Amino acid sequence: MRKERDYIQDISEIRSMMERSSRFLSLSGLAGVMAGIYALLGVYIAYHFFHFNPDQIGYTTEQSVPFSSDLPKIIILAILILLLAVGTAIFLSYKKARKRDEKVWNATSRRLLANMAVPLITGGILLLVLLVKGLIGLIVPLTLVFYGLALYNAGKFTYDDVKFLGMIQVGLGLLATCYIEYGLLFWAIGFGVVHIIYGIYMHLRYER
Amino acid sequence: MKVSIDGLHKAFESRVRLGIMSALAVNEMLEFNALKEYLDVTDGNLATHIKALEKEEFIGVKKSFIDRKPNTRYYMTQKGKKAFEEHLKVLEQIIKSQK
Repeated sequence: MRKERDYIQDISEIRSMMERSSRFLSLSGLAGVMAGIYALLGVYIAYHFFHFNPDQIGYTTEQSVPFSSDLPKIIILAILILLLAVGTAIFLSYKKARKRDEKVWNATSRRLLANMAVPLITGGILLLVLLVKGLIGLIVPLTLVFYGLALYNAGKFTYDDVKFLGMIQVGLGLLATCYIEYGLLFWAIGFGVVHIIYGIYMHLRYER
Repeated sequence: MKVSIDGLHKAFESRVRLGIMSALAVNEMLEFNALKEYLDVTDGNLATHIKALEKEEFIGVKKSFIDRKPNTRYYMTQKGKKAFEEHLKVLEQIIKSQK
């Protein structure tokens, strides 16, 4: 007969294997904080230098858009911020995974990304259509909605807390569609402040 | 059933086999390579343990081709599920009784 310690070890290994094979747990809280900081910087630049602050759902003519000449720059800025945030997340996950003796690119992380991809790509295409149609005011709230849906989906394959983060983003996005003139503020709260708070919370809870 | 003295199934004495069953308990299907990654064992080692579990009919194999490359996936059978749950129950009882 084996020792009690052996059985307890068996149980803990069963648990750890179930967790490891179904959830990707190398997401870094610090990546959330960094993404939040990038987002706030981005909002500041867009608002202050490019006067980006859509106050109505759509604009009928090009001339009526107050920030039309800077629109390409704003789009480039948004893409840069996105790349920076994703790059930081990948880099920090890679570091955390190495510490946990896990691979970043494994069956669980692939499943996580595949499940985020559907709402994100749907949202991305819809936003492009809205941009072409001049419905710029809707773009800001809808980025929050689709990002939130992607996070909610992702929550099944990583920390449960991500689900909650997703619900907050969806809620903020829906609110922002009611108050288009405060869209940028909601965006700064969702992508900036909420990310930073979430990141600090995750860091304190799981990474210390 | 081959049961050892403490009421635990012999097939689950190995940590690797226990690991395979745990991973398959929470995943519908897993590829050979995914199992290998999770368990951090060699091909040969994993194959031996999988064979043993297959022989007990605890896991099943599904072979297919993806882009003309063979792809082998494993899943837990009803029998395997029952045996694994039983195993967990016995483990729990032993730990409780020893406290």
